[in-house]
Amino acid sequence: MRAHGVALRLESCGKTFADGTRALEPVTLDVARGETLVLLGPSGCGKTTLLRLIAGLETPDTCGRILFNNADVTAVPIERRNVGMVFQSYALFPNMNVAENIGYGLKIRGTPESERKARIAELLALTGIEGLEHRRVDQLSGGQRQRVALARAVAAQPSVLLLDEPLTALDAALRERLRGELNRLLRTLGITAIYVTHDQSEAMALGDRIAVMRNGAIAQIGTPRDIYFAPASRFVAEFVGAANIVEAQCKAGALTLPGGTLRVVNGAESGIVLAMIRPESINVVAADGAAFAGLVDSVSFVGDRQRALVSGAAKNPITVDVPHSIPLKAGDRIGLAIDPAAIRLLPREGA
Amino acid sequence: MRDRAIFAGQLIFTLLVAAFLIVPALLSMLAGVTANYFRGIRSGLTLQWVLQVWELYSDTIFRSFLIAFAALAVTLVVGVPAAYALHIRNDRLSRAVEEIITLPLAIPGLAIALALILTYGGFAGFRGSWLFILAGHAVFTLPFMVRAVLAVFATIDIKTLDEGAASLGAAPWRRFRDVIVPNARPGILAGSLMVVTLSLGEFNLTWMLSTPLTKTLPVGLADSYASMRLEVASAYTLVFFVMIIPLLIAMQIFAGTRGSAVGAAR
Repeated sequence: MRAHGVALRLESCGKTFADGTRALEPVTLDVARGETLVLLGPSGCGKTTLLRLIAGLETPDTCGRILFNNADVTAVPIERRNVGMVFQSYALFPNMNVAENIGYGLKIRGTPESERKARIAELLALTGIEGLEHRRVDQLSGGQRQRVALARAVAAQPSVLLLDEPLTALDAALRERLRGELNRLLRTLGITAIYVTHDQSEAMALGDRIAVMRNGAIAQIGTPRDIYFAPASRFVAEFVGAANIVEAQCKAGALTLPGGTLRVVNGAESGIVLAMIRPESINVVAADGAAFAGLVDSVSFVGDRQRALVSGAAKNPITVDVPHSIPLKAGDRIGLAIDPAAIRLLPREGA
Repeated sequence: MRDRAIFAGQLIFTLLVAAFLIVPALLSMLAGVTANYFRGIRSGLTLQWVLQVWELYSDTIFRSFLIAFAALAVTLVVGVPAAYALHIRNDRLSRAVEEIITLPLAIPGLAIALALILTYGGFAGFRGSWLFILAGHAVFTLPFMVRAVLAVFATIDIKTLDEGAASLGAAPWRRFRDVIVPNARPGILAGSLMVVTLSLGEFNLTWMLSTPLTKTLPVGLADSYASMRLEVASAYTLVFFVMIIPLLIAMQIFAGTRGSAVGAAR
């Protein structure tokens, strides 16, 4: 793995648009050389603005600084920042064929034609689109366009690769396959990459770290495992994967709920707490003798497992993922066993 | 059966409308080669009027083409970058500029001409040259070029294409040359066609801006109607048609082939 690209640093980069809209609260952020950071969040959370700041398509509010390998590039326009960018709409040039699109950045840099040709061939092979070099852009499928856009963005060995929802325009099956290819490519290139998406499974699969964003600020930043298993807030817990959020009285290391009690690990505090439990970390056990139990409301088949809605255990129905090996039907009374370590207590504010 | 009757009715109606518009043009051209219009076609056909027009007015024909292509050059050099800038900025200021550029369409040509004369009439060298007419034509035709190019920009995501080229290292001028202009080609060709035809036929402005030594084809035509035999003026119309129709057909063919090539690429 030949890691290239730069270490990226943002210092209190905020963005207020001319009409006074605050798109991004001041953010300070470090991205290591070769790391893939995913900016994840709902639309309007500021993730694209942050990407465009790094690209040089927007300038941060005064006193914000952007550094590539400790060199201040805040005032450097995009064309001299040496970034690679993949747009949601791909932005392939309709007046050029595939090879000309891929080679455009090299042509701008004055790379000799023979070298350019070799690099284009290398990238065609890397992205699996050999034989398409003389096609016009409108003769390509969505997946092929995506690959061309990617090849074009990395052709000139950019300092940082910026991807703005690159898979959103594709259908579900193709999206999944390209996600795998993209992952392999990012690891092969070892390039510093910033990846914007609103799809949490994409973020989990591709990110070395994920920054979950909300209302123009980073709600939490960490590895996919951190974000998933130890969300810092209710928003992060609910945005990343399915989550049961239960409000309960906590006393002596246990939660008291309508369906019984649940032991927790770090429940030193007393009073009303907010707890997060992932549906897959709940095990179904016999109702007799269970410390925590409820009534099955409904069972739905979701392919690799069944998903049950259990009422009476907490104030709101609890979602439980159950393997097919356990027969369940609506009206069954079941016990729910939950590893205390899998129960995450959340701060109560900022629902 | 009923459909055929309706079709026949529509066809006849269309042909009648077309004839209503085309017959005067044909009669006018015919008058230009008639020896004596008042005695009608029985007086015989002649090219004498056409030759007379050529002797008297050939300079206006060349001048008209010179001005038309100069106006095209000006609107290309000014209008295409202007459209690019207006589209990329797309803020309140750029919308105001777009309105101002379009304003000459709503103002009578005479008023524009008067304003130009009031302002620049004192510069005798400029006032007396064909460049003075060019200035008026450029003002008048610029909105057509800008609008045509903006219309194409609205159908392709030119802003993202521009950002894409920028991310690959292309400076503004390079992006304009490599990406913007090639993809705006259908609009540029449509705008060019408008500019050339409008300039060639423009009378309002030109009549005010011209001097006896800088008459254009339409001004010469008015002159001949006013002061010559009807046959001479008609011969002038004939010359006008003979000059302009091949040009328009050529430009249409050019625009058609190139435009569709770019269209297919999209």
